[in-house]
Amino acid sequence: MYVLRNSFELARELTCSLTEMTGVSGYEQGLKTTLQDIFAPWYMDTFSDFIGNFYAVKKGEHGGKHSVMLAAHIDEIGLMITHIDVRGFLHFATLGGIDQRTLLYQEVLVHGKEDLCGVVCLGSSHKDSKKQQTLDIEDLVIDIGFNYATAVSMVKPGDIASIKRYPLHLLNDRISGKALDDRAGVAVLAVCLNELMGMKHQHDVIAVATVQEEVGLRGGLTSSERLLPSLAVAVDVTHAQTLDTKSQVTVELAKGPVISLGPNIHPWVYARLSDSAQQNRIACQQQAVPGATGTDARVIQLAGYGIPTGLVSIPLRYMHTSVETASLKDIVECGKLLAYFIASLPEELEDL
Amino acid sequence: MLLKELSELNGVSGDEKIVRDFILEHLKYRLQGKLNSCRIDQIGNLLIEKKGIEKGSDVKMPKILVCAHMDEIGLMVTEITAEGYLKFQTVGGIEPGILIAKTVIFNSGLKGVIGLKAVHLQKTEERKKIPDIDDLYIDIGASSKAEAENVVKLGDYVTFPTIFEEIGSGLYKGKALDDRVGCAIIMELLEQDYPCDLTAVFTVQEEVGLRGSKVVSNYLQADLALVVEATRAADFTESERENWIVTLGNGPACSLIDSATIYQPGLVKKVITAAEKNSIPLQFRQGAAAANDAGNIHQAGIGIPTITLSVPCRNIHTMSSIISKNDYQHCVQLLQCILNDIHYFLNLNIS
Repeated sequence: MYVLRNSFELARELTCSLTEMTGVSGYEQGLKTTLQDIFAPWYMDTFSDFIGNFYAVKKGEHGGKHSVMLAAHIDEIGLMITHIDVRGFLHFATLGGIDQRTLLYQEVLVHGKEDLCGVVCLGSSHKDSKKQQTLDIEDLVIDIGFNYATAVSMVKPGDIASIKRYPLHLLNDRISGKALDDRAGVAVLAVCLNELMGMKHQHDVIAVATVQEEVGLRGGLTSSERLLPSLAVAVDVTHAQTLDTKSQVTVELAKGPVISLGPNIHPWVYARLSDSAQQNRIACQQQAVPGATGTDARVIQLAGYGIPTGLVSIPLRYMHTSVETASLKDIVECGKLLAYFIASLPEELEDL
Repeated sequence: MLLKELSELNGVSGDEKIVRDFILEHLKYRLQGKLNSCRIDQIGNLLIEKKGIEKGSDVKMPKILVCAHMDEIGLMVTEITAEGYLKFQTVGGIEPGILIAKTVIFNSGLKGVIGLKAVHLQKTEERKKIPDIDDLYIDIGASSKAEAENVVKLGDYVTFPTIFEEIGSGLYKGKALDDRVGCAIIMELLEQDYPCDLTAVFTVQEEVGLRGSKVVSNYLQADLALVVEATRAADFTESERENWIVTLGNGPACSLIDSATIYQPGLVKKVITAAEKNSIPLQFRQGAAAANDAGNIHQAGIGIPTITLSVPCRNIHTMSSIISKNDYQHCVQLLQCILNDIHYFLNLNIS
């Protein structure tokens, strides 16, 4: 007998534990066991594919005539070691859109023969001595505290490094950490399934933790081709306003889920999500995207004969830094919105 | 471990109380009855006197000053915005660029983050530019000015929650190693007895212009002063050896000149002799920039012969400084040798 969990506590626990884990794009394997543990309470069936996407299926009452795909990506941006210099320092390239300026004196974990603690340092002493105006990735090295001989025995070019950051609890149930983009989305999927345990829903729900989103939406592409669902909703993060983005961003933190509309979004799905929010008194925000979104929705919409696709986003400050900041309330509300949306879907999902 | 505890304490210049209390409590406990006097002067420097031990009782003991600063670089809240963000200025020499995407901590335990406009929202010309301090702010999660004011006041000091730990082969990573490393070394030195009277001086406000030691130099005299510091090691790029200043792992660094002090060549020679005699590695600081408390101390009263020995430190003045365990230990050993051999060292005529 499943005991419905408090969605807020569930969101807090999952967001914190997932943000600490390592899973740089293409190297998400370490998250699989955790995902199995997370989705165990609700699954009828879980499986993963060869690229690494993880699927958890919750059967609907209607016997699976239609399926609804929910997708959130589990990969995070990171670093790849390119060479080791004679001093034993590691040089690196970025995997995914990392802003090199966020890396200076950042602690990292180098996943060599074993996990090694390192610090990103300014490699050139010359550059250090004058007042710095710009910073290139080539200026940076990782110090793992070994000389050349030991360093090359521990680390090889091609090894991955991830940002070391423990989640921080800020005021107002806001959480700061790395990889909330899009591990917070995985927490949303879990909250949705948790809420659905207390509701009736006709269609099968397939929650997918996708891989390699940050390097080109590759997991979203293959997973949607595999499932060819009747309907899909991608769950990702979107920029929330900060002091320096007032002229660029209207979405605000802690003001509720963000429902996207535009060519990437099926109008019926958008309308239905908005209705679900209104009927269930979930405060939400709208975001008009005049083209393909930068999320898995971009490729899911194009799978098979075309998939009616929606996008629900979690407001997030300082995206692609190691201090991404989200509101737990937003995460919970996103999950609840999706659950209400799924429970309210009509029996027929053809010709929407 | 002493250095770990010291490194993880908050003590930004002007706010050294936590560090001072820790040092005083620790020394009182470790050296019960052996401390001759403790005092804290009006600016906050901590002075501890410990008498020397000599077989001949009627000989006047030389008085030796050992000095390290307690303060560290950090931030100070200068404005609370209507939205509940905190604007800040740096305390001491911090490059604003290193603060991007870092976590910060207040003495109260309150935590915050310094973010940056997401890379997706930046214009091409913004992408590589290091932001100015005015562009940065701390986010504590507050949603209004009033809410922030409940937990933060103007003037609150801010530092970094770096965990001190060992990395690689025998290196330590932590914050505030400049100059908690000096504090830890002096606290270790005090555990032994020497044929001289020791005055341990733990100064304040070194990072904002050697202000604590200025006060000390007004009222203190000694036969010799030993300043224990951390100094920049820029030993990263092989082709830039001339800019390394010091090299991690090559032993404590003896200063020859910096922007506040020209060290007496005769004294430096004695340091070299002491290191050679005891087979302790020693290097010299190659570079004349930066300054430390020696600048004030060597000019105190009629002048105090002054030596600076430093532990090489990568990423000094950042939240992730790195030193070598061996350098630390060799610095302790060299100072102990100097203190044990102090009569020879001062070239005093002791029969």
